[in-house]
Amino acid sequence: MRARIAVLALLGVLVLMPYLWMVAASVKPVSEIFRASLSIWPEQFAAAENYGKVLARVPVLHYLWNGVVVCGGILLFQLLFAVPAGYALAKLRFPGRGIAFGAVMLGLLVPPHVPALPLYVAASGMGLLDSYTALIAPFTISAFAIFLFRQFFSALPDDLLHAARLDGMGEWSIVWRVVLPNAWPAATAFAIFSVVSHWNDLFWPLIVVQGHEHATPALGVLYFRSEEAGDDFGAMMAAAVLMTLPLVLAFLLAQRRFVEGIATTGLKG
Amino acid sequence: MRRLAGEAVAGALMTLPAGIAYLLLLLLPTLATVLLAFTDYELGATALGWIGLDNFREMLADRGFGVSVRNTLVYVGLVTPISILGGLGLALLVEAGAKGRAFFRAVFFLPVVSLTVAMAAAWQYLLHPTIGPVNAALRAMGLGTPFWLSSSDTVLLSLAAIGVWESIGFNMVLFMAGLTAIPRELYAAAEVDGARGGFDRFRLVTWPLLGPTTLFVLTISMIRSLRVFDTVAVLTQGGPNKASEVLLFTMYQQGFTYLRLGYSAAITLVFLAVVLALMWVQTQVLDKRVHYA
Amino acid sequence: MAGITISGVVRQFGATPVLRGVSLTVEPGEFVALVGPSGCGKTTLMRIIAGIETADAGEIVIGDRPVTRLRPAERDIAMVFQSYALYPHLTVRENIAVPLAMRRLSAPERMPLLGRLLPGARAKRAAIDEEVVRAAAPLGLEALLDRRPGQLSGGQRQRVALARAVVRRPAAFLMDEPLSNLDAALRVQTRREIVDIHRAAGVATLYVTHDQAEALTMADKVAVMMGGELLQVASPEAIYADPADLRVAGFIGSPRINTLAAEADAAGRVTVAGLPAGLRTEARGALTLALRPEALRPAPAGLPAVPEHLEFLGDGLLLHARHAPDGTPLIARLAPEAREGLQPGAALKLGFAPGRALLFGADGRRVASRADAALVPA
Repeated sequence: MRARIAVLALLGVLVLMPYLWMVAASVKPVSEIFRASLSIWPEQFAAAENYGKVLARVPVLHYLWNGVVVCGGILLFQLLFAVPAGYALAKLRFPGRGIAFGAVMLGLLVPPHVPALPLYVAASGMGLLDSYTALIAPFTISAFAIFLFRQFFSALPDDLLHAARLDGMGEWSIVWRVVLPNAWPAATAFAIFSVVSHWNDLFWPLIVVQGHEHATPALGVLYFRSEEAGDDFGAMMAAAVLMTLPLVLAFLLAQRRFVEGIATTGLKG
Repeated sequence: MRRLAGEAVAGALMTLPAGIAYLLLLLLPTLATVLLAFTDYELGATALGWIGLDNFREMLADRGFGVSVRNTLVYVGLVTPISILGGLGLALLVEAGAKGRAFFRAVFFLPVVSLTVAMAAAWQYLLHPTIGPVNAALRAMGLGTPFWLSSSDTVLLSLAAIGVWESIGFNMVLFMAGLTAIPRELYAAAEVDGARGGFDRFRLVTWPLLGPTTLFVLTISMIRSLRVFDTVAVLTQGGPNKASEVLLFTMYQQGFTYLRLGYSAAITLVFLAVVLALMWVQTQVLDKRVHYA
Repeated sequence: MAGITISGVVRQFGATPVLRGVSLTVEPGEFVALVGPSGCGKTTLMRIIAGIETADAGEIVIGDRPVTRLRPAERDIAMVFQSYALYPHLTVRENIAVPLAMRRLSAPERMPLLGRLLPGARAKRAAIDEEVVRAAAPLGLEALLDRRPGQLSGGQRQRVALARAVVRRPAAFLMDEPLSNLDAALRVQTRREIVDIHRAAGVATLYVTHDQAEALTMADKVAVMMGGELLQVASPEAIYADPADLRVAGFIGSPRINTLAAEADAAGRVTVAGLPAGLRTEARGALTLALRPEALRPAPAGLPAVPEHLEFLGDGLLLHARHAPDGTPLIARLAPEAREGLQPGAALKLGFAPGRALLFGADGRRVASRADAALVPA
């Protein structure tokens, strides 16, 4: 059993290597980085210089804020669309339900890159490029979210809903007062899945965003690298640390939930 | 009767917002992509011409596209098996004991939640030919120092290594979920039936019962690695000399750098066709062999 | 022929003792039922015998071989699990063959496809297949041999698990609540089959159950376990009629045995609520008098009781009443004809033969009693 820990520790260090060097370089002065020494621990600390440079040259906090707005906006609309639809598909009989469910299954098959071109043309035609709307709108409808909630609500006992109807609730109040409070496990899992994928997304922001104003953290790193850093790896790593930190911190605080969220959404997707 | 009518109205109303969004943001644009693929539309052009299969013919003739497809296949061929076997190995190793389980799970999962672009920058420093720690270590050991991301011989390999690093923890978590679903009593039965060691137990219980998980991880890994874009866009821009040109990056460049939307849409369709084919293989061919009901 | 001998097995989970020094012998060819309420440690004991769990202290001998430190595979036992634990990816035939294949085929010979090409593997496989069919036939599984467990009913799966256990002719069978996942009718039918299998194999069998009816109907010997201790090991008849401990008397028998607070005076005469009970004992002081429901019947003399209601069972009646002096509930099992003359609320006396009365001391252990010559209730 000691061998297990030893092997895991070795592999763990290997996986953590990029983080260790990233953090180390972010507090080293440029001269030291260029000496390419193998020592992780800096001889001289240049943290203030590197991080100061990043904070002075690019609006880091603004990027992070954009990330929050975009991920939050996407998630809000995804839930708003998917929770009632998922409930209706799981528990209500209405004309067109079969078609609607077929559409959801079809939607599951289409990667988000496929509708990107026409959406770009449309956004450009409506003058919406480089706006929060352009960043958020394409992802507000998630076939996966509808599917996930449908599966989850299908497992709710019918008797619970019958009891609510006997108590005089209409379908809408059932959604808000009975179904939603029971949807939390699925909603948290989906929220983690959604935020992780959109926080990290580069493809779509790269297409629709042009300046700093609406840049997400991923774009922020890219901009800083091409415009400011050049070969200044210390500052570059400082920027990378700053942009990586929020989600990593959230993960470390709620590790279990993250892992479970990704595992359940992963296995159902 | 009244309740049924009410139910129908409520059901329709509840699916309506999602339905409209689905139509406008998913279905119509996807169909538009399909149509675009048969036109010569360029962004900003006022007219578009129907050119049939010309885009696809051009693709077949285009050496760059061929390279892109080949690179993508090599990348998928490297990342998928390594990250699956690695993820399975890690899952077995982490689950084998109680000590350090949560800690190591978090360590290996960390890359999944890390900003890909930022980590790509970190990898760029790590793999830098002259100042990077990897080459510094190789130099110290007296070994050769490749130009990792800037040589056409190693660039795809380096990107694949980053890809494995990114997805191995994701696969591990999926395998761990699969492992916990295996009933403990089956292992006890295997012991009583004469399984003598870890390998016997793995062959008799773990591997067959992980079948559905493995198939799923295989499909999702292939699709995820097929979608490789971020690292290429950040680190190599498809270079050097198209050695790291991959499908989605080609599509992006054709569409948004050269503004050839028709051609880009045709590439997107190829991408979609591959994704659909993989899913079809999963559901039709392999599902029957791993679900035992 | 081999038996199972367990001596002084101790097991703790953290600070909680689960088994407090359990010793038990299953003679060669004997069928012993280990019965107790859930959580009493009986499944843990079985898993320790199988080698799936380890004991903190104690020895286990199967046949003449001490097996305490051997792996499950080396103990020469077969086990039937509560969930059956069938391999879902293998056919019935392959499931039953596993214990043989694991022992007789080498690792390369077990490889799919390739293994069949190795010299000798063919003959070994043919021999195994023959034995599989021989084990499956008496259980009516021949037609199902090429199905997978997922395509079988609960009862069929149960038989496959039994076939897998008998196919290797082990030195001992261990069965962990094998019937608890079956419906009531099937359970009664399968009891019989398990007993037949046991007879045919003639192998020492330890059968864990929480169902006393299973224990009493199937076993040669019943071991009652509670709180990690064996309270009594005896024949089903003795366990029922002659319990050694008040907890055994309370656990075995349905409806539950009646218990009344009693007292023995200086002369050893037993009284219940001040009235003589017609018994004498060597014990003194506070006692418990226990009476099976069928030991009670309306009589001119006996325990004063107030009937509350009658339950009709078809072949009999259950009279629910209260002991008049202290309100203790009493249940009497009566013949259907006894209905005449019984009225709710109308006080009556419930008499019993002194020979059927069971006396327990303050520590719950049985104390001897005999009829008091001076006073015998009718």
